[in-house]
Amino acid sequence: MSTDCIAPGSGSNKFLDKLDSLGIDVHACYQCGRCSSGCPVAEFFDLGVMEVVRLASYGLEDKLLHSKTIWLCAACETCASRCPNDIEIAALMDVLRELALRKNIRPAEERVPVFHQSFLDSIRHWGRAYEIGMIGAYKMRSKDFLGDMKLGMNMFLKGKLSLMPHSIKGKSEIGTIFSGKGKEYER
Amino acid sequence: MKMAYYPGCSLQGTALDYDISVRKVCGALDIELVEIDDWNCCGASSAHMTNREIGMRLPMRNLLLNQEPGLDILVPCAACFQRLKAADLALREAPEFWDVPHYQPEFQIVHISSFLASAEIISRIGENILRGLDDLALACYYGCLSLRHPKITGAANFEMPDTLETIVANLGGRPVQWSHRTECCSGSLTMARPDIARKLVADIHTAAKKAGAAAFVTDCPMCQANVESRQLDTVGEESLPVFFATELIAAALSGEYSPKQRKVHLVAPDALTKVFSGETAREERS
Repeated sequence: MSTDCIAPGSGSNKFLDKLDSLGIDVHACYQCGRCSSGCPVAEFFDLGVMEVVRLASYGLEDKLLHSKTIWLCAACETCASRCPNDIEIAALMDVLRELALRKNIRPAEERVPVFHQSFLDSIRHWGRAYEIGMIGAYKMRSKDFLGDMKLGMNMFLKGKLSLMPHSIKGKSEIGTIFSGKGKEYER
Repeated sequence: MKMAYYPGCSLQGTALDYDISVRKVCGALDIELVEIDDWNCCGASSAHMTNREIGMRLPMRNLLLNQEPGLDILVPCAACFQRLKAADLALREAPEFWDVPHYQPEFQIVHISSFLASAEIISRIGENILRGLDDLALACYYGCLSLRHPKITGAANFEMPDTLETIVANLGGRPVQWSHRTECCSGSLTMARPDIARKLVADIHTAAKKAGAAAFVTDCPMCQANVESRQLDTVGEESLPVFFATELIAAALSGEYSPKQRKVHLVAPDALTKVFSGETAREERS
């Protein structure tokens, strides 16, 4: 038997307890395949949506956290909306991404979390998204300097990108939200 | 009628014209909008996809800011709507978990298309139309976040929604039957994986074109920007413009499609310009 065979028994109970506490019942899956067949991004995945659910029910988090799938999922919620057994599959993907970041696992799709981080940094800083700042930060971190140059210029010329950030008064409250206090994972 | 208003970040940037059209339409229909004071970003997909705590607490702050005025909150952006609804449900279920002593507000979080397509508002729109859409064939494109997950959005017909079709039909346009009304355009991936966005948007374009649509109409600012821009990357000259539902309503109510608005599209909005310059009516007569 190959070492990467998928079987129950070796998985993480802590991970399963986490899913249980969030009401994500991965054990309810009977492999009907509706989640995989409706997924708009499926062709770019390395693990199918149904495989993700199965791996999760075996507690095999390591394979999941190293997958491309968790980063390429667009959070469109088609899978979860159509699941006949009410499995919160999109919420499961959220948990997996968050776990991968917390465990400092090198993401199989590096640019995706870099984008999310750049977006969140701009909110942390201003309280509202600042598109030009966010795009600049993303370009620096991802080293994707040339992608969408023409589009960016075009949007700027159309007045769709504001030069100045919109800053809010309650920035200290936003700072508290981002400070890590009351972290769910530590409750 | 008076409502609280949560424009969200897109409507101050890439979709500034969406904000303008929402305010115009509400002004014309005698709906007073009171912007939530000092609102912050809802966190959008990036927050909830990577950090549940931040993804919940960001939209929660906005809801708590609205507790005092207590007005129903009108939300034009699909992502903001979904995040505010998720936060509202979580707060109602267990306020103490989120360090809020008491949370039982009477206000509702209202997505723009459900609101505009409601019987009362759609009849107000009907009474005030100065210029109809001359049977313009439109592909109503909902995308994801105003509909899914229905447990959060409360959308009754999340697979077969009809609010945009109702609006288009009442403006004298013709909603086409097509396959990709609720398919994802992968807006949250468009910067990091433009190749995926191009594939999804090209499919959405092909489906709309095949159904005979001259343009799209949507209520999602991310879909609007992503579908226009990624069509240009893939089908170029064949691209269809993507209108906001409120852009169409504002034009119909004022009887003109403003020259300023025509210029903000990445894809030339000729389909609508023609209607308002009377060209489509002349073509029919000749």
